Amino acid sequence: MIRLEALTKTYATPRGTVTAVDHVSLEVDVGQICVLLGPSGCGKTTTLRMINRLVAPTSGKVFVDGRDTDLANPVELRRSIGYVIQQIGLFPNMTVGENVGVVPRLLGWRTERIRRRAQELLAMLALEPGLFLDRYPSELSGGQAQRVGVARALAADPPVLLMDEPFAALDPVNREAIQDEFLRMQQALRKTVLFVSHDIDEAVKMADRIAIFQAGRLAQYAAPDELLARPANEFVASFIGSDRTLKRLRRIRVAEVMAPANGTIAAGALAVRASDDLRRVAALLLETGVETLPCIDDAGRIVGRVTRAAVAARLAGALAR
Amino acid sequence: MALVCTFNWTGYYLTFEVVWPVAGWLAVARRFAGAARQEAIVETLTFIVHNLPIIGERTLEHISIVGVAVGVAILTGVPVGIAITQSQRTADTVLYLGSIVMTIPSIALFGALIPLLSKIHQGIGYLPAVIAAMLYAQLPIIRNTYTAIRNVDPALRSAAIGMGMSTPQRLARVEIPIALPVIIAGIRVAVVINIGVTAIAAYIGAGGLGTFISRGISQTDIRQLITGALALGLLAIVADYGLLWLQQRLTPKGYASLDPA
Repeated sequence: MIRLEALTKTYATPRGTVTAVDHVSLEVDVGQICVLLGPSGCGKTTTLRMINRLVAPTSGKVFVDGRDTDLANPVELRRSIGYVIQQIGLFPNMTVGENVGVVPRLLGWRTERIRRRAQELLAMLALEPGLFLDRYPSELSGGQAQRVGVARALAADPPVLLMDEPFAALDPVNREAIQDEFLRMQQALRKTVLFVSHDIDEAVKMADRIAIFQAGRLAQYAAPDELLARPANEFVASFIGSDRTLKRLRRIRVAEVMAPANGTIAAGALAVRASDDLRRVAALLLETGVETLPCIDDAGRIVGRVTRAAVAARLAGALAR
Repeated sequence: MALVCTFNWTGYYLTFEVVWPVAGWLAVARRFAGAARQEAIVETLTFIVHNLPIIGERTLEHISIVGVAVGVAILTGVPVGIAITQSQRTADTVLYLGSIVMTIPSIALFGALIPLLSKIHQGIGYLPAVIAAMLYAQLPIIRNTYTAIRNVDPALRSAAIGMGMSTPQRLARVEIPIALPVIIAGIRVAVVINIGVTAIAAYIGAGGLGTFISRGISQTDIRQLITGALALGLLAIVADYGLLWLQQRLTPKGYASLDPA
């Protein structure tokens, strides 16, 4: 869906040429979330801004849906790509409804259709449309404003979303909530998302693929589990941290490691569910010292067992997701 | 976000709006301190009542000069103010030139325009008055427009471009609406300055309310002096409040109330 080929950006400065992005090539499939991760100044935001041509590449190509963006009209290209920024950038002179309707209006939709679309999107982002549609951005909290920011980017139903540290300015509780909502929405919408972040935990939570940047170069491009299991170099290993094994637990579901079993369970006994991730399993195993945990379904019937050995085997073994 | 208005209009207000009428008011005070105080008040009121039609006529002349001058200044100054946001260098030059114009005494500017406009037989009268007033209106309008557009949050600009607005769309839908209150504050300053400048244009035969003052001085007629000063003060106050009302009406609703002046 999105393909970058040897994308490069250099800036001429008084002290010589600075290379911000250096021959970055990567491909993101339809419906995937790719997180561009790295410390500040590593070129991740510049890379993102070259995709919607807010920054003109020095060399290299960007293909969106197979089409070379060099040949597209930048204004029309941007209308087909949703864009969310950390500062949110809601227009203070427009209501929430008008903000969400900006791109549809540019595309010439009828007023009634724009309003219906705005209502639909606000509802999808857990904002009561009747309450929020006619409010002004100054009347919103940070979390509400960024939900509107996401709704605005989705308004014209673009196949591609670019998100530049969208949740970085929110407090941790709000950030978790909006990340969860976004992931839930993504299940239904299947957008192709490029997401800039400097937060490894956010990347592990959100990404289908993570691209780690180091001084303008792509240091590693892999699925989160693989990246955490096999960092390509020292830089990647130090960036993702010494607790990388613990981070992997978040992305592995109980369903992947349990052995089938059946039976019933006493009320109040310890148990996990197939959809839980391994962080809960690890916590219970460490807390209680047991070797095996039962896995139950919604009705409370045992459907499988998770053993300490199975978890260890999963962490040491295959990287299938 | 903060909209900063760097234009110091109090200074101009004092010069054009206070100093000039105060000359008249001082004469009034001196006269009223004397024994014939009652008589002077009655005389002046009688003069005003008897000359209401001519006062109205000169007020209209005054408004016509100020209105045309400010109208032209808006049509030129606002686009210039927007254009110079693109280049710091040009902005510095333009604002510098505007400041130089402000330092020229209006009576000297009228004098300088006489030989120039004589070539088209308009050396004195309406045209030089409008041109001079228009020049004085440029700086407050250009500077406030420039400052207001420059102060639009870069994140808003970035969001607008990133969403696919063309430059005219971005200006029309985002930057100008947000900048409008500060631009109108500049227009208010220009109007008040121009009401003062136009009063002096009476000396080059442009008519307007300044005629009462110039004749009052030359004929030592306190009645005309007071009438002119009163009418000018009133006109400036009404114009300023009218534009303040407009400025508040046009402030984007999402903003907390702000008065950039």
